[in-house]
Amino acid sequence: MVDTSHYLVLSTIVFTIGVVGVLTRRNVIIILMSIELMLNSVNLNLVAFSDRLQDLSGQVFAVFVITVAAAEAAIGLGIVIALFSNKDTVNVDEIDLLRG
Amino acid sequence: MEATLFYILATILVVFSILTVTAGNPVRSAVYLVSALLGMAGLFFLLKAEFVGAVQILVYVGGIMVLFLFVIMLVSVREVESQRKASRQWKTAVVLGIVLSFELLFFVVRGSDVFRTETISQGLIEQPQTFNTESVGALLYSTYLLPFEIASVLLLVVIVGAVVLTRKQL
Repeated sequence: MVDTSHYLVLSTIVFTIGVVGVLTRRNVIIILMSIELMLNSVNLNLVAFSDRLQDLSGQVFAVFVITVAAAEAAIGLGIVIALFSNKDTVNVDEIDLLRG
Repeated sequence: MEATLFYILATILVVFSILTVTAGNPVRSAVYLVSALLGMAGLFFLLKAEFVGAVQILVYVGGIMVLFLFVIMLVSVREVESQRKASRQWKTAVVLGIVLSFELLFFVVRGSDVFRTETISQGLIEQPQTFNTESVGALLYSTYLLPFEIASVLLLVVIVGAVVLTRKQL
């Protein structure tokens, strides 16, 4: 039997890796993948607490988070394709259309 | 047994997460992310959440990652590979990451007395006879019916939005 705190520590580590990925990488696609990693670490928290409290609401919320993650990936990748056909780049340092 | 399995899956998850973030080629990054997500699905199975684990494999590994690989093919890896990997702010980012992880670990360690192994209030919803998928389905169609319907509306909006965004002339 593994403590719930073990799952929380693991989820913390994965979340931090995702944050560092979002802040350091310049490729939009890899940034989106790091966001998926962060959403997944939150899911691990929800499911771990669902197991600990013997309450299935956490698992239902994890399903909703997966739905939102799928929606976010689809729209994000659509924006990446539109951006690439207009500006010929997926580098976040060169995407500064909104800068005054 | 459970602890061994947990540590194996946790190692897989952490190693492949780090590889996802550090890999130079986006295709490799995507493949590493698939491995990390499979490790996460294994952890869900370990936590007796079979439905979430199966959905994880079906939606993430089968759906989202294929979408990622298609987009990587469309935006030509060659152009991406020639650039510098990290952005200018990587030092700040690493410091921020370390601070964030210490903050979160501090809260977990401080509160870890609350998370001892013995579970409270056995079998609130889950009866020994019903399966996990059945219980989650019953909950989705009773207590969480409205969020469930809103999620389907969200998916419809996303379908329309993705089609509009990727048209030839925007």
